Amino acid sequence: MSAGHPEARHGSPHGDPHAAPHGSLRDYVTGFVLAVVLTVIPFFLVMARPIESPGYTAAIVLACALAQILVHMVYFLHMTPKAEDGWLLISTIFTIVLVVITLAGSLWIVFHLNRNMMPGAGTMQMEAPPASP
Amino acid sequence: MSATAHAATAPEFYVREEAHHAPGGSTHLGFWIYLMSDCLVFAVLFAVYGALGASLAGGPGPRDLFGLELVALNTTFLLISSITYGFAMLAVYAGDQPRTLRWLAVTGLFGAAFVAVELYEFSHLIHEGAGPQRSGFLSAFFALVGTHGLHVSFGIVWLCTLMVQVQRRGLIAANQRRLTCLSLFWHFLDLVWIGVFTFVYLLGVLR
Amino acid sequence: MATESIPETSFLFGRLTWSALPLHEPILVATFAVVVLGGLGLVAALTRYRLWGYLWSEWFTSVDHKKIGVMYMVLGLIMLLRGFADAIMMRLQQAIAFNGAEGYLPAHHYDQIFTAHGVIMIFFVAMPFVTGLMNLVMPLQIGARDVAFPFLNNFSFWMTAGGAAIVMASLFVGEFAQTGWLAYPPLSGLDNSPYVGVDYYIWGLQVAGVGTTLSGINLIVTIIKMRCPGMTMMRMPIFTWTALCSNILIVAAFPVLAAALALLALDRYVGTNFFTADNGGNAMMYVNLIWIWGHPEVYILVLPAFGIYSEVTATFCRKPLFGYSSMVYATVCITVLSYIVWLHHFFTMGSGASVNSFFGIASMIISIPTGAKLFNWLFTMYHGRIEYELPMMWTVAFMLTFAIGGMTGVMLAIPPADFVLHNSLFLVAHFHNVIIGGVLFGLFAGIYYWWPKAFGFRLEPFWGKVSFWCWVSGFWVAFMPLYVLGLMGVTRRMRVFDDPSLQIWFLIAALGALLVACGIGAFLLQIGLSIWRRDELRDTTGDPWDGRTLEWATSSPPPAYNFAFTPMVHGRDAWWEMKARGHVRPLEGFRPIHMPRNTGSGMFLAGFATVCGFALIWYIWWLALLAFLGLVATAIWHTFNYDRDFDIPVAEVAATEARRTRALAGA
Repeated sequence: MSAGHPEARHGSPHGDPHAAPHGSLRDYVTGFVLAVVLTVIPFFLVMARPIESPGYTAAIVLACALAQILVHMVYFLHMTPKAEDGWLLISTIFTIVLVVITLAGSLWIVFHLNRNMMPGAGTMQMEAPPASP
Repeated sequence: MSATAHAATAPEFYVREEAHHAPGGSTHLGFWIYLMSDCLVFAVLFAVYGALGASLAGGPGPRDLFGLELVALNTTFLLISSITYGFAMLAVYAGDQPRTLRWLAVTGLFGAAFVAVELYEFSHLIHEGAGPQRSGFLSAFFALVGTHGLHVSFGIVWLCTLMVQVQRRGLIAANQRRLTCLSLFWHFLDLVWIGVFTFVYLLGVLR
Repeated sequence: MATESIPETSFLFGRLTWSALPLHEPILVATFAVVVLGGLGLVAALTRYRLWGYLWSEWFTSVDHKKIGVMYMVLGLIMLLRGFADAIMMRLQQAIAFNGAEGYLPAHHYDQIFTAHGVIMIFFVAMPFVTGLMNLVMPLQIGARDVAFPFLNNFSFWMTAGGAAIVMASLFVGEFAQTGWLAYPPLSGLDNSPYVGVDYYIWGLQVAGVGTTLSGINLIVTIIKMRCPGMTMMRMPIFTWTALCSNILIVAAFPVLAAALALLALDRYVGTNFFTADNGGNAMMYVNLIWIWGHPEVYILVLPAFGIYSEVTATFCRKPLFGYSSMVYATVCITVLSYIVWLHHFFTMGSGASVNSFFGIASMIISIPTGAKLFNWLFTMYHGRIEYELPMMWTVAFMLTFAIGGMTGVMLAIPPADFVLHNSLFLVAHFHNVIIGGVLFGLFAGIYYWWPKAFGFRLEPFWGKVSFWCWVSGFWVAFMPLYVLGLMGVTRRMRVFDDPSLQIWFLIAALGALLVACGIGAFLLQIGLSIWRRDELRDTTGDPWDGRTLEWATSSPPPAYNFAFTPMVHGRDAWWEMKARGHVRPLEGFRPIHMPRNTGSGMFLAGFATVCGFALIWYIWWLALLAFLGLVATAIWHTFNYDRDFDIPVAEVAATEARRTRALAGA
């Protein structure tokens, strides 16, 4: 975030080959419309409950969320494999992997901890070990 | 200098003519990596919400508490603010300072509306006795949604600061870099909100 | 400090009252007196020799990565003395508290000591040392002139210093946490630790943590974006590779710590129920989260040390490092794997067989890439012309010591074995084995190796060797008994013992601690004597070890701009190649060099953050709010300053380079 040269002379940023990727009006409007659709669907499904099964509803809600995340990444955040020589993509993928590990790992661990260690959460598992090896 | 014959075989070990490096070329990547670290903070808050989401301590749960109409309104405000920021960035690339400032102002207003609705929701919950101290579930709820709201609030402060700076110095390269960073921040927050309204509100009510 | 006498809160001073001063604790009063006298002496000397202006403009406000690196090292050294004092006190207590004797430390004091020892050694000794060396060396190794965000670098340092100040303040005002260095709830919750100790812990680490995270982002971007032409990723020095991976782990792990501590703070300040024993809290979630941070943290510390060993081995065996590619892949593997082993720190908490098995196997797998690295160092030494300068001595000591520590780690990775050994002295011996044998020995090697680069004169070797032998023997004598005790079933953090047959082992361990104390003393003596005799030890070449990487291409110390002309690289061991192929140092054609300005903003921001932390600890709400607003206002004000850079004029560059030419000719 430094200045020092009179940038105003340099004009529009399009001349700079290292400029951050940016979108066009079409990108933003397309992204917006898609995002609206992908928001309205899950809200409608949960508020009006046209589908009886909560399982199916949840699945569609989740799918819409994932799709909308992708829409945001592509149309609003302008993420492409070429941005920053591919480092943007690598760092994002790495973060997603860590997020999945943190979430899945923590939930798996805590689920087991709760089952084994929390009072009242299911029967206490105090069986004797089997007599024969 | 050295004889041309020698120069032909000896490799060049020094850059004699530095290519004009645009200052601040690292800012975009640096800010992105900061956002990734922020992503991990939210991941922890989501994990805590996942672990404690069922710990109602005999108190109210999602279905008792969440008014989805209000959440839909909230979400609309935030989504609109995302596209208005997009319009602001388009104005930046066009070099149109007044248009930039107008769209930034609209973005700020929608952001403020989002925070206002959220504050209303929180005060309502606390009034009902469903504050963050009530149970593990509510602690996790307030922490996750509240942290997101704090980020949006901070974004609004940043936005106002940038409006003043653009007003004063115009759309110089430094300000464009800052606006780009705020753009990433703002859209990232909208992205996190997708996770929040899905996992906390919609799936919470579905349980 | 007894907790039954919690004072009332007032508006102006929160819960800070005169009773917060530990006037009835003679050890603390004595320490305070020494610190005050020493501090006054220092202030007097600085004033007498008119050094305040110099310190302010040349060091405190500097955004130069080399100066910031040195400041980190100074901070780490000061905190090493504090952390080691804690260690000596513990060893002494444990050596004498037998046969009904209570020792000299009451429980509430002893508990603070082992907590502070861990917190200080990890956060305020190891991290600053590692960050300091990465800051000092890495930009030079990649042919850059500074890091990507120089102001942020300065700010990061002052935040770390602020966190250290908060922790040190707990010694004289109030008390520190009595919970162990990770402050598990419910013990660290408000019900069980109502006074300021855990709050000191939380805010000290939050302030320092912000600095560390920002530094991580800074160094990653520097390595990715600012390498000189020709330096592809696979031509970077291994120390730079390990710095990259370590900083990736910092950015991946510290946010988790920040979030976990924030939730603990919410429990303590707002009454939430994240980790409480009732109302739906789950204390085990804290343990889970803190170790998601905690395991990558130890790799954050050890990877740069591995990088140092790679540089040192190649240099002092006069050979290129064996297996460069496999070193890189091993480092990356360790980085990724370090994120899936964390549960091995709490096998005994009750996750059950399936969970424990997964993490146990993963923990054993992670030892493989580390083993590969060890073999690569050995193969580098094989058929090399080995020079046993101090860094090489530290490296050999590391190989022998760390191998044992690593093996005991693999033992602990077996869940049934860990059920017996968890939280025993075996565990304490293991982690000291790998941290001292791995991290600290590497830091000592790095300090000796890069000291001439930083200061322009070498460290004298005799006292360095005394220090080395004291440290190595001291470590073995201090910690091997702990393995024995652990296998016999002795638990960690015990203050008093019933079984007199154990005392001999603790006495031996105390002797080891005394040897280490001699090692530290010899180290300080080495530094002092070297500074005193610096003219004799002067290095005018910039390359005292006939090094292989680009930092040795500069003068010692390098000029502010590092390189008058950015180097161009054609292979690995770039400097070695330049020397071998007859590079010619350009003597004219200099250009003005664009550099960032010094600034005091970093200090002010960190100052506000530190005051805010202190105010939150003591419930002085008006001060906390004011400090927070000051922080935000200063940050916003700082962004209104667009005049951040300047150009070093050609004449100055030419003069500096001419001085170097004369020095090289005279050498």
